[in-house]
Amino acid sequence: MSTVLLVSQLLNGLQLGLVLFLVAAGLTLVFGVMDFINLAHGVQYMLGAYLVAMCVGFTGHFGLGLLLGLIGALVLGIVLEWLVFRHLTRRDHLEQVLGTFGVILVVTEGVRMIFGTAPLAMPMPVALSGSVTLFPGLNYPVWRLVIIAVGLAVAGLLWFLVHRTRLGMLVRAGSTHPGIVSALGVNIDRLFLFVFAFGAMLAGLAGAMAGPLVSVEPTMGDNVLIIAFVVVVIGGIGSIKGAFVGALAVGLVDTLGRAFAVDLLRLVMDRSAAATAGPALSSMLIYVLMALVLGLRPSGLFGPKKA
Amino acid sequence: MFSVRTGLLAALSLALCSALALAEPVKVGFVATLSGPSAPLGVHMRNGFQLAVKELGGQLGGQPTEVIVVDDELKPDVAVSKVKGLLDRDKVDVIAGVVFSNVMMAISKPVFENETVLISGNAGPSPLAGKGCSPYFFAASYQNDQVHEIMGKYAQDQGFKRVVLMTPNYQAGKDAMAGFKRHFKGEVAEEILTPLGQLDFSAEIAKIQAANPDALFTFMPGGMGVNLVKQYAQAGLTTKIPFLSSFTIDETTLPATQEASIGMLSGANWAPNIDTPENKAFVAAFEKEYGIVPSLYAAQGYDAAKMIDGALKATGGKVSDKAAFRKALASAPFKSVRGDFSIGKNGFPLQDFYVVKPVKRADGKYETVTVSKVFDNMTDAYAAECPLK
Repeated sequence: MSTVLLVSQLLNGLQLGLVLFLVAAGLTLVFGVMDFINLAHGVQYMLGAYLVAMCVGFTGHFGLGLLLGLIGALVLGIVLEWLVFRHLTRRDHLEQVLGTFGVILVVTEGVRMIFGTAPLAMPMPVALSGSVTLFPGLNYPVWRLVIIAVGLAVAGLLWFLVHRTRLGMLVRAGSTHPGIVSALGVNIDRLFLFVFAFGAMLAGLAGAMAGPLVSVEPTMGDNVLIIAFVVVVIGGIGSIKGAFVGALAVGLVDTLGRAFAVDLLRLVMDRSAAATAGPALSSMLIYVLMALVLGLRPSGLFGPKKA
Repeated sequence: MFSVRTGLLAALSLALCSALALAEPVKVGFVATLSGPSAPLGVHMRNGFQLAVKELGGQLGGQPTEVIVVDDELKPDVAVSKVKGLLDRDKVDVIAGVVFSNVMMAISKPVFENETVLISGNAGPSPLAGKGCSPYFFAASYQNDQVHEIMGKYAQDQGFKRVVLMTPNYQAGKDAMAGFKRHFKGEVAEEILTPLGQLDFSAEIAKIQAANPDALFTFMPGGMGVNLVKQYAQAGLTTKIPFLSSFTIDETTLPATQEASIGMLSGANWAPNIDTPENKAFVAAFEKEYGIVPSLYAAQGYDAAKMIDGALKATGGKVSDKAAFRKALASAPFKSVRGDFSIGKNGFPLQDFYVVKPVKRADGKYETVTVSKVFDNMTDAYAAECPLK
């Protein structure tokens, strides 16, 4: 195993982790602050990718299209909150799951009717579509570096918002003591709307960032949603810091598992057995990680200590 | 008053019934995957079939034709129950279509037991080509292994010595590797199996880069292929490590991959530029009707309808004489858009196979064009095991 390969796999893991963080950040806020299970979060990721792809196509300019697409994602988040989620926040979890699952079906089918089943092309700036030589022997795609930069920037911004602003204070308080926050005269509904719309926009951003890498299609959010829930559970529900650490852990474990599981197993078993066992092992590694974390810390790495 | 009306109704319905019985309409049950991430393949195949029926004036073999389309949802159990409905309730004369081999395997048993003819518009699983071949099965498509064999032969002919193989971790993926290795005699540096539905190929791409083979062979159908093609191109590997593929680059994925796919190669039995008058007319008509470039799935769907049409014309439009209908189908009585096309003893076609590459057309759309012919009038590897005469 060469250093170059290891470094490039670490970068890959970091990049995957940061995309997951963008999705999981909104999910964990909504889950933690509102005690609301939003299965439709993956749909917002998908909508973000579609909106940005469409806006970039219309305007012919990537930056402008991205901005318009994100505003669109924010507006759609507000509309969904107003139409559906507002009426579910005070219901129990089963009803939330049913309601938001319905949203998945309706929105996915709607997108299919408008755009068709065929995957969409995501135009991207030519300057960002190639690869650069980081050091001799290591070529790395520019777009993945952009994702890493954007992910880190959003993480910094979120840290500032949550820990250094009044709004963030309310969000933190709301995630642990919603009753008290409400009793102190904070309009909790407006707080929810804000958190929800912001989360939707982050999911949209994640979709837009992933668009040039993956196939933009109606069901693209489904897989991501499951992994994002794993991240939220590992990090601890409601914790942005947890989402960040959890996302990086999942991204790195998944990538390194896929990269090295077969090679490592070859040390202890023969070639063909390793070729079969490796992929099986690497695809369940993140769930093993989740089980381990839950075994040691039942409320996740940075979850609230519920009495 | 009441009795008059009832009498009229009875007379009318009797007249209708006898009119229907006289015309003997042909009923085709068309099975395709029309929902989920793989829906574009089914949509192309169905559109191709329906285009042919429309061009023939809504008739097959000169008979009024009803095509009942069902969505198999890529679930074998769903497909079986819907196909049983087609056979028992709708009493269809022919079952056609089917994109995926697992669906084909599941429905083949009830269809054969019902002694109904099954015409594949795409799936060509090996069990139906070899010992398990059936007199009721005909493929307007290919046998699955053949498309992978194209790339193995091509890699061998190009003198590639070391290749990396990468496919999803399921039966068809392993079959693809086996098919590739049938004609490739060089070294397989690594076999990478990825989970079905994988989104991010960064780890695998880094591994391929590190292994630095003469070429990569991959089989990544649908959305997985779109992801891989985009990411492979972004890593700047297309020009360094030739990208050889099957069912990864075609007109169902090109609208999504576009520029990223340029320089990559794929194996196919058809491309829009195959130079026959039938093909030129088909491509033009398909684009006019649906506004998209047809894929090999569309061409096969189109040929499947033409095949039924030709066989029915040979039997004088009768669907009831199944033995004559089967005999007519076996003679492939139609002009395929692919040019050379005949049916072997196991019901699978003998046809030409090509290496194809994507190109951008003057109107900005993308399509595949043939690079070279790899196999001429090829029989599949299992036909010899088929006990049918």
